[in-house]
Formats: sequence, structure tokens, C-alpha cells
Amino acid sequence: MASTQNMTLNLKIWRQKNNSSEGKLVDYRVENVSPDMSFLEMIDVLNNQLVMKGEEPIAFDHDCREGICGMCSMMIDGKAHGGYKNTTTCQVHMRLYKDGDTIVIEPFRASAFPIVKDLAVDRSAIDKVMQAGGYVTANTGNAPDANAILIPKPIADEAMDAAACIGCGACVASCPNGSGMLFMGAKVSQLALLPQGAVESPKRALNMVHTHDTLGFGNCTNHAECEATCPKGISIEHIARMNREYLKAAFTYHEKKRSEGAG
Amino acid sequence: MSFNLDPKIPAGPLSEKWDKHKFEMKRVNPANKRKYTVIVVGTGLAGGSAAATLAELGYNVLSFCIQDTPRRAHSIAAQGGINAAKNYPNDGDSVKNLFYDTIKGGDYRAREANVYRLAQVSNNIIDQMVSQGVPFAREYGGYLDNRSFGGAQVSRTFYARGQTGQQLLLGAYSGMMKMVAKGKIKQFSRREMMDLVVVNGKARGIIVRNLITGELERYAADAVLLCTGGYGNVFYLSTNAKASNASAAWRCYKRGAGFANPCFTQIHPTCIPVHGDYQSKLTLMSESLRNDGRVWVPKKKDETRKPADIPEDERDYYLERIYPSFGNLAPRDVSSRQAKFRCDEGLGVGPTRQAVYLDFRDAIKRDGKEAIAGRYGNLFEMYERITADNPYETPMMIYPAVHYTMGGLWVDYNLQSTIPGLHVLGEANFSDHGANRLGASALMQGLADGYFVAPYTIGNYLASNPMEKVTTEDKAFKDAEEAVKLQTSKLLGIKGKRTATDFHKALGHYMWDYVGMSRNEAGLKKAIDGIRKLKEEFWSDVNVPGDTSNFNIELHTAARVADFLELGELMALDALERNESCGGHFREEYQTPDNEARRDDEHFTHAAVWEYTGANSSPVRHKEELVFENVKLATRSYK
Repeated sequence: MASTQNMTLNLKIWRQKNNSSEGKLVDYRVENVSPDMSFLEMIDVLNNQLVMKGEEPIAFDHDCREGICGMCSMMIDGKAHGGYKNTTTCQVHMRLYKDGDTIVIEPFRASAFPIVKDLAVDRSAIDKVMQAGGYVTANTGNAPDANAILIPKPIADEAMDAAACIGCGACVASCPNGSGMLFMGAKVSQLALLPQGAVESPKRALNMVHTHDTLGFGNCTNHAECEATCPKGISIEHIARMNREYLKAAFTYHEKKRSEGAG
Repeated sequence: MSFNLDPKIPAGPLSEKWDKHKFEMKRVNPANKRKYTVIVVGTGLAGGSAAATLAELGYNVLSFCIQDTPRRAHSIAAQGGINAAKNYPNDGDSVKNLFYDTIKGGDYRAREANVYRLAQVSNNIIDQMVSQGVPFAREYGGYLDNRSFGGAQVSRTFYARGQTGQQLLLGAYSGMMKMVAKGKIKQFSRREMMDLVVVNGKARGIIVRNLITGELERYAADAVLLCTGGYGNVFYLSTNAKASNASAAWRCYKRGAGFANPCFTQIHPTCIPVHGDYQSKLTLMSESLRNDGRVWVPKKKDETRKPADIPEDERDYYLERIYPSFGNLAPRDVSSRQAKFRCDEGLGVGPTRQAVYLDFRDAIKRDGKEAIAGRYGNLFEMYERITADNPYETPMMIYPAVHYTMGGLWVDYNLQSTIPGLHVLGEANFSDHGANRLGASALMQGLADGYFVAPYTIGNYLASNPMEKVTTEDKAFKDAEEAVKLQTSKLLGIKGKRTATDFHKALGHYMWDYVGMSRNEAGLKKAIDGIRKLKEEFWSDVNVPGDTSNFNIELHTAARVADFLELGELMALDALERNESCGGHFREEYQTPDNEARRDDEHFTHAAVWEYTGANSSPVRHKEELVFENVKLATRSYK
């Protein structure tokens, strides 16, 4: 716990007009920052000043501002979401900083996440990985009674631990290889643990990993930076489970083409 | 022009209406479905589930969302749970019971047939979500767990820790991604709907802004589903996400869709109190906390002791005192109002005196810290991150905040608005919650509309109406796009002295002070007057820097605020015309001696549906009379 009094902060913020232009760090000074403000509210105050001067405000992604939508990003002093335990950028509060601090704010940097403008990046690669198999093929109307298949509580709980991923991409931004293995592993693992998802697990693991590799994500070399910065505390055990699913499938899964025939 | 407000409720007994209607509706042959294109705006629970389901059926779906991916829609922030009439706990629940609680919870201002159908399909939703891999909480035996929520005396709420909305949304999103991979959904992210295109009286397309490039784009289809959520952000401070806005619905209103009950707003009792004028949003603390937390204020005014030092007999557990049978689980409107009354009496706590305590001391003593952490750990952590107080040791401080809007675009039983082909789903419509929504019912309604209602009724619409060929080169598209361009250049050209957010905050003050938890004639008139002036100032003094050639966040904000200013005025007008108190709409002139809402069933058992008549004339108020054949209108009592 640092400040209880209002602060003046020096910010170095990445400004970049669009994906094809060059960017640079620009210095800003924000006064009268209350320790009860959230980090994004502090940027709001700065943006308000910029607009009043007729300058363009800093573009950044945000939406729910309560740590669940996964829209906010930012590298704060070199760490995704600031590097505070189980915390997204929108939940970082200024009481963690001191009067006179200098804070460096950059976008998430990864080859799979091109910069859109200033601090906003394009994370649509996450959707593409999901499209490769991050679902259960259960069309609306198919479902049996919800209690027809029992799931042991510890298994359901573990699946929930994985399912907590908010798809923010902090794991990718923190990884020296720019790997998406943690968010992908979380989905593969969640669905492999549950009987409803296990049916398609081999195909899912193969397709998602192959798609991931074509989108500019790097591979996992066990740095575990992703686990350290994940705002939802997702464990790299899920990468291990995905690897097991992938290996099993690589040896055993073959899709045979059969003619369905006309009836 | 007069509206056709025929609700198209099928004849027959309540419990058979939906089955009968499904049988009688026209269907589109499987091979013909691929000839139709449906636009779905929004990817929350309603939009996501509708897009996936329509695509599975074979329609071509164009899906639009404002965020960078459909997985971020604000449904994701719902915490506590989703209701269903499964009766797994064997505590006497049933479809009829859920129906009755919802009608009563809405203070008898919802349509019986819609609400009954909602209760009927509630069970299918749970089945569907489990089959999609949603990890709901379970008992040790492997069965699904339930908890209770406000306004019900049974445990019918299914949940996934404190993030049920997230898990359900990701379920709907994964279904969408499956159909994107199959090529049946074309997904457009970072797009904001700027207008509805109506051709020959039917909704046939939309104009959107590509938020990245700034360009306007046109899309044509055979039907449009609007799933764009509620308008709580008209108050500026609310629990809604920052991008949540009313513009899509408002533009439809201006194109001829009726707007029903705009004044029905839900103020949620358990939110983290406001702490400064820089504040950008309010954070909800799930209603589920009231299962174990006890709400209280000190009995003495201007109490300065720490909460732990205030002895038991100097505390007023006012919800338990006033509503002994529902206690801390009294419905949201009732609980919010009581918190306001206590603060108005000078009994509020905290630095601003605009807060009450939500105390877990007794629950921790009874069940142990570990059990409480298991139930609410993530919420406690969130509270501590925001306030720096540890709720295991000191009570939470909470205060009501705007959370949900029951009003919205008017729809008939088929979820169709007054514009043929424009169907409205989820929070964006007005249909199921009456004047107050019960906890854990929003998720239920969004998914019911998207999975189990619209997919049938859209088929009926398409099969019953000949579809003329329409392309985006048609005049209606060009005109709509020109109108958006004109508004945009107007906004950019003002170059005034105040930011759009500054106007939004000013609007929020009017709304909260005069159109909030407690309303009266003089205040509402003051609000209407003030908002009109504010709107004039906006159009002469707003400052929107930049241009339309790129990602211009100030322009996006300004366009939304322009619409909020108009909507705010309509809300105040609606509140002024509704001379009764019901649910979340509390008019001080109409209350019982013990400060409960006093309805006027003789004059106001109807939905008020507003018709836009142009920028320079007043909107016209129409009525859809609500007919209660199965429920007897009674004074709502939770005592």
C-alpha cells in the first residue's frame, strides 16, 4: 500500500497511428491522480486533457472494467496487465503507485497480435484458434437432461479452473515466444476433462494446435511467464494436459473418409 | 400513424400456447433455409445463441459486435447465476412457480404468455449449456448444485462460481465459432450499428461503422435480429460495460419501432459505492452474496465507530426487520429503495454516507471462512482490489446502482417489433420482466430468446412473407448511409469546448437525481427541461477531435451520447406519464403509508409504447393492455 494522497505521475505511452505507421513512446504528465482511481480512469483523465487541447486521445481497449471481459490489455512497465497477481489492467488501482513515479505503457506485443492503434491490438487470432475446435458439437435441441451425465465435483472444478480464461492474450504477450499455448491449453483441457467434450478431444487437440501454429504464435518452451501473468491464475498444467491429448491423438487419431450414402 | 400493437398471443390455455403456436407456425424447408440471410446485431447471450442456432438450422447469418471479438459481450459480466424450473432440490419448484414468481417480481407489468414460455424453456437452457461443456457447480455426487436468489423461496439458480455469465457466454460463443468455421456465420467484429434500413416497410439491412477504419458499411438481409442489450449507461455510471449503449435500439425507434416502458430501470442494491467524480463505472457485487451476507446500518445517526465496534443492539438489520419472510433476499427494487431510505434518514455509512453494510461476520462464524471463500472468494478478492478493504474482516459497503433496463423495444409474442422483420431479443426488448427483473433471470431470458424462441419465429416470418430482392445499392441504403455521414460531419464540425463524456456525466446527474430510484412530478419536469437544454448545448459545444479515417474513440462516444440525450428525455417523459408506482418505477406521489409501491391497476395495467414522430414533435404514447387470465393481480408483499 503506497499512496493515500493525490499524486503526480509521469507516463511514457506508446503512440502509433495505425498498423502501417511507426510508433514511439511519448511523455505525458498527469496531476491530481487519486489513489482510489483505477488505472484506466487515470488514462481517462489524461485523455480528457488531450481532447480539451484538441489532440487525439490515446486509443486503448477496455469494456467491462471489472476484470471479466478480457478486452483491456497493455504492458505496464513491461508486464502484461502490470504483473499484479490475478489482476487485469482495469482492476489495477493507483494506490499501488507513488507520487512522482514514471510508468511505461505499451501495447501487448506479439506477432499474432498486430497493433491497431496506440495501445489497441488485434487479437482475432484467438477466435481463429477457437474456430478450429474450441467447442462441443452440440447443436441446439440435442441435449439430454442436464443431470443425465454425472460429473465428479473435483473434475467439474478443475474444468472450471481452465474455463475461467478471459481470452485477453496476456499469456501470449508475456511469453518470450509469443505462444498461445496457455489460452488454447485451457480450452482443450476444460473440454477434455468433461464427458461432453471428451468425445471430440483428439480431433480438437490436433486441429487447434495446427491452427495455432499457422497464425504466428510461437511454441511453448516452458518459461511459465504465462502462468505468472495470467489474470485468472490459469495453471500451465493445462498446457501439459493439452500436450497429452495432442500426443495421444497424433498417434491414434485417423479420420477415415466414409461414404454416408443416400438413403 | 398508429401502431399495430397486437401481441399475437396464441389462443388456448396458458400451458399449451407455445406448443400450439409451434405447431401452427409456418416452417422453412431445410433446403430453402440456405436461401435466406439473417443479420444478428450483438453477440451476447441472446445474439450469440441466436446466431449459432440459426446457422445450425441452415440460414446464412451475418453477426456483428462492437468489441474486438464476440466473446466480450457484456453478458459475460453476469455473476450469480441462471434460473430454471428443474426442481432438482425437490423444494416444490415448477414451471408454474417460476412463471408466477417472475410475474409477481415484475409487479404485474409483464405479458403472461411470454413469461410462461420463458419458464417452460428454462429447463432446456440448462440441458443445452451442460451439453456444450459449461462447468456448472456440482455436488459431490456429480449432480448439479443450486442456490437461491432474490424474490424466490426455492433454490432454482444454477451457477458457475461467481462467473456464470462468462461461462454461458463462452458456451454461446463457442457454438458461434463452430458455425463460423463451417462458413454459416460471417462474423464482423469492431462494428457499431449506425442505422436500420427499412425497405417497403420491412427491416432489410443495417448500416454499420467499421470502428477501426472509420468507414461506413452496408449489409442487406431478409430479417434483422437486434440483440444489443440494455440502455443503463444513459445514467453514465452503471454496472454496464463502457461500450454498452442504446444507439442501435434508438435508431430503430427513429425508424418506426415502438419503445416500450423506457422508465422501467433496475437499480441493483449491492454495488460498490461511488467514490469520486473521475469514476468511470460501478461494480456490482453479486446478489448471491445476500444468501449469506446481512444488510444493516447503525441505529444512530452520524455513527463514527468502526462497524465491528457497533454492538448488536445498535444495528438495524432493516431488510430482516421489514421483510421477515424474505429478509436479505427481498427483490432488487425493494432492497434498493430501503437502502436509499436509510441513507436519506442520515443512517448511511462510509465517507460519503451513501452506503450500507453487507456483513459476512455471522456467516463466517457459522460456516467457517473456507466455506464462504468457496462460495464468494472471487467476489471478495474483487471487492478488496477496488476498495482496499478485506470483507472477511470488515463488512462490505454497498449502495444501489443502475444495472439493467426492463424497458426496451416493444415486441409481440414472436419477438417482432412494430417494424416487420425486425426482431428484438434479450435485454434490448421489453417483454418478460415487467417493472422489475428478478435476479438470475436475465441470462435465462437472453438464452431463451436466442436458442428456443427466435429460431422458430424467424422461420415463421420468412415463410409467411414474400421477400423482394434487395441489394445494398438500393436507395434506402444510400439514404441511411448519407444520414449517418451527415450526423458524423456535424459532430466533427462543432469544435466546441466540452467533451462528449462531460455531457454524458451531466446527463447522468439528471437521470440519477430525478429519474432514478425515486421520482416525482416536479423532478421529472425539471429533468426533461434540463436534458433538453443539455442537448442544445451538446450540439453547439461538443468537442470531437480527429476525423473519420481511423479508430476515433471520441467520435464513437459522441454519437452514443447524442442518442442517450434523446433517450433520457423519453425515459423522464414515460416516468411522468405513469402515474403509479410499480417495481423499479417508484413515484413518490404513489406510495403506501409504509413506503411501498402503490400500483394503479385500473389505469396502468398496460405497457406504454412510444412512437417517434420526428425531431420537432412530441412522441406519441400508445398502450398495449395487459390481460391477466391466470394470475390474480395482488399487492406484492415480501413481508
